[in-house]
Order: sequence, then C-alpha cells, then structure tokens
Amino acid sequence: MSPKRRRFGVLALQGDFREHLAALRACEVEGVPVRLASELEAVDGLILPGGESTTMIRLMEPALDAAIRRRAHAGMPVLGTCAGMILMASLVEDGRPDQQPLDLMDITVRRNAYGRQVDSFEATVDVPLLGGPGPAVFIRAPRVTTHGDSVEVLAELGSEPVALRQGNRVALAFHPELTSDRRWHQYVLSLDGEKR
Amino acid sequence: MTDTAATERRGTWKVKAGLAEMLKGGVIMDVVTPDQARIAEDAGAVAVMALERVPADIRKEGGVARMSDPGLVSGIIDAVTIPVMAKCRIGHFVEAQILESLGVDYIDESEVLTPADEEHHINKHPFKVPFVCGCRDLGEALRRIAEGAAMIRTKGEAGTGNVVEAVRHMRAVSGAIRRLHGIGPEELVMEAKRIGAPADLLEETARLGRLPVVNFAAGGIATPADAALMMQLGCDGIFVGSGIFKAENPSARAKAIVAATTYFDRPDILADASRSLGEAMRGLEIGAIPKEELLAGRGW
Repeated sequence: MSPKRRRFGVLALQGDFREHLAALRACEVEGVPVRLASELEAVDGLILPGGESTTMIRLMEPALDAAIRRRAHAGMPVLGTCAGMILMASLVEDGRPDQQPLDLMDITVRRNAYGRQVDSFEATVDVPLLGGPGPAVFIRAPRVTTHGDSVEVLAELGSEPVALRQGNRVALAFHPELTSDRRWHQYVLSLDGEKR
Repeated sequence: MTDTAATERRGTWKVKAGLAEMLKGGVIMDVVTPDQARIAEDAGAVAVMALERVPADIRKEGGVARMSDPGLVSGIIDAVTIPVMAKCRIGHFVEAQILESLGVDYIDESEVLTPADEEHHINKHPFKVPFVCGCRDLGEALRRIAEGAAMIRTKGEAGTGNVVEAVRHMRAVSGAIRRLHGIGPEELVMEAKRIGAPADLLEETARLGRLPVVNFAAGGIATPADAALMMQLGCDGIFVGSGIFKAENPSARAKAIVAATTYFDRPDILADASRSLGEAMRGLEIGAIPKEELLAGRGW
C-alpha cells in the first residue's frame, strides 16, 4: 500500500487555497477544494490554508466543522498554515467568544502576534526533520504561546515554535505554499491515514 | 528574536503580494466608523477600508476628497483584528507615507479621492506597506504593477450601486489576457506598445494566463448576485463600498455578500443568501451621471 494519499482536500472557503492545490499538483496528488461537509467525505487528508481565520470560521457550516473534528481525531492527516494554524488551535487568546477554533491540537495561539502588515517578513527556518533549512513567509502571522506535552516542535524561529505536530496534525505559522519548497506538503502526504 | 532579526526581510514583494493572496475569496468592506468596522468583521469581511465618507456620499457632496483623518483610521485599526486598508489620493505619496506610519495593512491609491497628480501615480516600490490600485484594462493594470502595486482591482464606477462598469473592466482585462494565448514574442512587444504596458510584465501575464498579482472586483457591487457575477467572471475577491452601509440592513447584506463570494457557483446557496435582505442601495444609471463626475476616468 502506498504511503501517499491519493486525494487531498483543501478547505476552500476563503484564502490561498489555489496555492495549496498547486502545491499538491506539484507533489502529483489530486487536490480537492472542500467547502461543504459532503466534499470532505471524498478526501484522505485536509489542508487548512492561509487567509482570515475569522472569515473561515464564520463561513464554515456546522456539519463540516463537526466532520473535520471527528476525522482529524480519528487520524486524518491535517496541515494548517497561518490562519489554518489558528483554526487548529484549542484556544485563540484574542479570539472572539462566538468563534471557536476546531481544537485539533493542544496549542494556544495569539493572532497577528508579530505585528501589522509592515512587520510581515520572509526568513529561513531550519527544519532538521526535513533535512535542513527552508524558506518561510510570515504574513500577519500567529504565535504559539503555549503547547501541551504531546505536541512536538518541528521548527523554531529564534526560540519560538513555528512548526508543530501532534499525531497526524501539523501546524505552521508561515506559508510554505507561497514558496517552491514542497517538503512540508510531501511530509504531510507521507503520514499514515486514519483507519476507514 | 535578536539572533534572527538580521535574517528577517520585511516589505519584500513576496510579503506584499502574499497578503493579497490571503484575502482571496473574501470581501473587503468600506467603513466610516469603528462600529461599522465591527459589523463588517462580524459578518465575515476579510478586511475593511477605513474612510471618512463612502463613495456615494463623496459623489453627492462634492468638493476635494482627501485621505481620511488619522484619528479615524487609528480608531478603526483598534476596533478590529482583520487587516485595515485606507485610501490616499492618486500621486499623493505623502498621504501614503502618513498612512504607512499609522500601520495600515494596505493602501488604496484611489480614483475615488480627488487626484493630487494628473500625470504620475505613486512610486510604490520604496514603501514597506503594499498598495492596491484600480484599472479599467490590462495596460492600466500592468502600469500600476510596474509602479509597485501588489494587488489590482477593477475601477468600476464607485458609489453608484451599478455593477455595469465593473463588468466592463473585468471583461476588458480577462479578454485581453485571453488574446495573449499563442501570441509570438515579436507580437508581444508590439502588443505591449499598443496597450502601454511593460513588455516583461505582459510576457509574465501571457505565461501565467492571469495577472501576476491578485485581482479583485470593485465599483458598484451592491447585491450577493453582483458579487457572484464578478467571481464567475474570474476575479479573486470583492470590494464593496457604499453597497453595504447604504442599504437597509447592512449586517444581513454584508453576511449575504460574504456567503455569495464563497459559494459564487452555487445558485441554490445564492438564492438563500439573497432572500429577505431589505432594500439595496438605490443606485445610479451611469448615463445619467455628467461625464466630468465619472470617477473611473481618473488615473492614467
């Protein structure tokens, strides 16, 4: 059995889902835009893209919200970038009480914690797991303020975690999809899937 | 962070154009007060445009329209967590410097305000803050990108609630891009000359089959169906100016336009979103506006 997923979903409510779909194509995997719960059934994994997390939470139908939680906890691989990381958190520090994240990982995040757009930046992030440093684009990026013991830090910038993993779920504060570095996508595609 | 500060590169093209990528599939709403900004954020706006007057009022009241009061812009920045944009006059690079220092996330060098320079737009490259500019056709879009715009929008005809000009401008851009398909290198240079665009940007556009930056629709969008129409015509997202807060029920209309922008190809969902929204903004027939009062002709 190939370790690669054959069909991977990208949450397509809003944001840079087109770039993630292109990254999946570059990895020779079929990418499927997911807006409704019925569309999640056809995929073996899910990417939560960059964008505005408040908008995505507002647009997500309750059935899709519930299906993502259920399948992620059953082992479906999930990659979240920037806003996607916010969606995966258990708690958003400055979040709105009426907008709950998906609680896929035991992390607390603070939105826009690096400042406004003029403070957005590009950097090189060392990722031993992937065999060395790679380019990272941080755009009004979130910061992870606390994480649980079962969460593994995969990369740091300075002394701050910017890439984390818990089970088959991977959250990044930056945007590999805006670069030509496909190692993060390939890594998530290589994770074992859920028992279905 | 001190050990990595030297390797963090701010204000790069990737970072400027990248924020626009994050706004795709979203709605950017004009707001004139912090309360309106919060209503827009609640409704699912991806960003707000902080203004003193929406285009419909600028049109009605006349006079010179300038950058908004910094106090108003800061008040709106403090009210929401989503990106805040603000407008400066065409060519008025000092208004842009002031807006950058306030921490706005995007500057709209906009024909809705009274132009400050009738020959030149702002050289946008030296700024760390990204710019969005309006266009009516492909040549104008590529000239703005050459000056450093990291995002493009159609001009449409702001403050009219009439989508016809936005449709004209979007079709002009996408039609011109389609006609580049299969064109030879020597023809490309002559086409660049004909439309007044830099040849390298035209070549990149031909290769990509789309503009090299994100392209939103703006100017006259007033209903969920208008937003979905522009999305089906191939734009990346929607600006709504007067269309929301000049309508009877701004919150419901804002939510409906957000839903319509995401589910633009699902008429069943669009029908639901369009139900019982109350009256849309009244709107203007373009032909009834005196030529000298049309905004789209500003900019060069």
